[in-house]
Amino acid sequence: MLGYALRRLLLALPLLLGITFVSFVVIHLAPGEPAEVQTGDLSIQSDAQARQLLRETYDLDKPLHVQYARWLARLVRLDFGKSFSPDARPVLQKIGERLPVTLFLNIIEMLVIVGLAVPIGVLSATRQYSLFDKVTTVFVFVGFATPDFWLALLLMILFGVQLGWLPISGLRSLNWEYLSFWRQQWDFLGHLVLPILVATFGGLAGFSRYMRQSMLEVVRQDYIQSARAKGLAEPIVIGKHALRNALLPVVTILGLSLPGLIGGSIIVESIFAIPGMGQLMVQAVFERDYPVIMGNLVIVSTLTLVANLVADVTYSFVDPRIRVGARRGRR
Amino acid sequence: MTPGAPLARLALILALGLAGCGGEADSAIDHAPASEKPAYGDTFIEALIGNISGLIPNVLSDSASFEVGSLLYSGLVTRDRDLNLIGELAESWRFSKDCLDLTLHLRRNVRWHDDAPFTAADVVFTYETMINPKTPTAYREDFRAVASVEAVDPYTLHVRYKQPYAKALQSWGVWMLPKHVLEPYVREGRLREAPQNRSNPVGTGAYRLKEWKPGEKVVLVANPDYFDGSPYIARIVYRIIPSQATIFLELKAKGVDSAGLTALQFKRQTEYPAFRKAYHKYEYPANAYTYVGFNLRDQRFADRRVRQAFAHAINKREIIDGVLLGLGRAATGPYKPGTWAYDPNVKTYPYDVDKARTLLAEAGWKKNADGVLVNRHDQPFAFELLTNQGNDERKKVAEIVQASLKELGVQVDIRVIEWASFLKEYIKKRRFEAIVMGWGIGLDPDQYEIWHSSKTGPDELNHISYANPEVDALLERGRTSCREEERKQYYTRLQEILAEDQPIIFLYFRDALPVVSSRVRGIVPSPNGILYNFHKWYVPKHLQRYTAE
Repeated sequence: MLGYALRRLLLALPLLLGITFVSFVVIHLAPGEPAEVQTGDLSIQSDAQARQLLRETYDLDKPLHVQYARWLARLVRLDFGKSFSPDARPVLQKIGERLPVTLFLNIIEMLVIVGLAVPIGVLSATRQYSLFDKVTTVFVFVGFATPDFWLALLLMILFGVQLGWLPISGLRSLNWEYLSFWRQQWDFLGHLVLPILVATFGGLAGFSRYMRQSMLEVVRQDYIQSARAKGLAEPIVIGKHALRNALLPVVTILGLSLPGLIGGSIIVESIFAIPGMGQLMVQAVFERDYPVIMGNLVIVSTLTLVANLVADVTYSFVDPRIRVGARRGRR
Repeated sequence: MTPGAPLARLALILALGLAGCGGEADSAIDHAPASEKPAYGDTFIEALIGNISGLIPNVLSDSASFEVGSLLYSGLVTRDRDLNLIGELAESWRFSKDCLDLTLHLRRNVRWHDDAPFTAADVVFTYETMINPKTPTAYREDFRAVASVEAVDPYTLHVRYKQPYAKALQSWGVWMLPKHVLEPYVREGRLREAPQNRSNPVGTGAYRLKEWKPGEKVVLVANPDYFDGSPYIARIVYRIIPSQATIFLELKAKGVDSAGLTALQFKRQTEYPAFRKAYHKYEYPANAYTYVGFNLRDQRFADRRVRQAFAHAINKREIIDGVLLGLGRAATGPYKPGTWAYDPNVKTYPYDVDKARTLLAEAGWKKNADGVLVNRHDQPFAFELLTNQGNDERKKVAEIVQASLKELGVQVDIRVIEWASFLKEYIKKRRFEAIVMGWGIGLDPDQYEIWHSSKTGPDELNHISYANPEVDALLERGRTSCREEERKQYYTRLQEILAEDQPIIFLYFRDALPVVSSRVRGIVPSPNGILYNFHKWYVPKHLQRYTAE
């Protein structure tokens, strides 16, 4: 078992290296470079000397493979370098100050999605083609089809402008420092409602659909029949025998969405003015801030690989067939 | 394209041109009753569409940083409401007869935010910072003409120029930096890494930094020791909101106190009574014009008659009404109406399709039986019109131009290209036939970089490859004189030639359309826009919305 995990881990390393190499090259191939962005593309005062200085500072005058080697050499020492943005702050610090917000929002969002999607999925599977199932199906397709930003704007107009019940954007009111502790929490909660609502809406649709599908497959299995045949009550059949098995593929999908927790949603964060990872990444791309882009990428792709690995390993714990298969493969 | 003001901080003062209030706009020239005395306090909330990238604007290039920086720092000179250069940290100055020597006398009551006195040594230090090859600044050009800068005594400064330089005085509007704080960083070429670029900047401006939360907000508080008296508004909060739509909704919900509107928002979406009561609207021509440019290396466009014909065939009024809902004014040349260099009497090209046809016929282009414009060899007149992605206005202009030229039998194909590759692959390599673009203009009329025939290299700005010896001479003379009347003659002649030549078709100056919460008083719209006297804005006591303490 341990050997299997280790082997997978070793295989992940060259993969990670490949990912970083390809991304590094692609980013540098994109037109526009930080030195140009920062000296003003086409302004009268754009200064060739300043541009050259920046190029040298950032090693951009070196061949691409040298740049990559240097970046990699720093990375193995866990040094993500300094941002190319004029504030020249360390990449890890920049990511560090954005990460908590995104993580916090996405975890809440995930909990809400799972908390709602599982019961919805189970219910619409066990009552296939009932009114509930049909209504949720429609809801799901609407959810899939609704663009985030459009929904966000409509909700902002309704709750923020027309009714004035909820704040439109940001995470805190401007007078936050002057509020009492409980008022601060209340204020913060108010700011969370709309972004979480919008982010949940799309995700809920997909997830409840997976749940329904998985449940439908399990319910048709023989062992469910036999559970019923031996006279178990329906809630136990569904809740204990069916649900546990139906959750398996869903857990995998959940595991794979782990990196998404870090990445942040660009649209939701931009439209609600939430200073999270998504915003950081967009800004880095616009500024051609290579170290921040690469740092972000390394973290997200590492997480994806780890999540994959963890999902596989847990799977083999849960499902003996995979474990056996792995052993046979080793021989 | 980015605004090309020689001095960033002057570019920032968005507003230029004729007095602000058009027919639409509220006249906000203080309709305050006498009882509403200027009062201290309240918070002014502004939205920034992008994060600021640092706190020492001399080494930055984004407009958000300039906006914040202009309140934290000051220069020796600034522009008043009528765009005249007036003293800020300098009290007075004198040029020698030959324009080569400039003597500046500094104010004696100015203190840095850390209470150290501001002296001529700081000015010398700022100059040395700007010309230091290790300083990554884009604003070095202004100081290349300087031969020497010398502090005669702590409050007198003597500058000597290598040759007369028209922008000499204006260049001293550069943000002054504190020597006692930043010297080691400049020496080591690490100015950007100085802690003052990330927190607690030390300037001489009307406001001090209280807090900068990247991606979220920047908070400034009034500087009680500001040399011109403490500003009235006690606190400014810049909220960073990356979505234009969200800013507009925040404005409607009174979450921000000021924002720039689009023409559509200004005309159609803010005309209801509640909005008009909550905000005052202003309009004045912005510091940039939009044009159709031709690659003059292309033989078809090298013929002036063709360009003149196109100028007659394009209806500027139609474009202004269609694209800007009328909120702009026709451009006749590269200077904004209302500025001192602007000449209203140049040749214009009224919409006249017949005249256009005549001119084209003279140039050898005639419509054939299929209605296609062809030359003697029966080659049709067809070209590609390029513009950059993300600018809806330019795309619409291109479409109107396309339709107008179709009348003449010219086939125009429009291509919209992502900004970075547009610059790199098309503009810099001169791989275009025609473009729809804009120029940001500075407060000084010197446009050597754009029109001089020596500036046609790949990284240079005369990308249409315009060359006219007389224009070259005028530009050279214009930038080496320190007398306005003399310069005005050169620039008047320059505008005459450009109007006759039509190297590009000057289309329009768009209006800047800011709105400001109606509780704010003291705003006086002027040729210099509204922001120039921000430290004199105030909110009467009974209208104050936020407590500052």
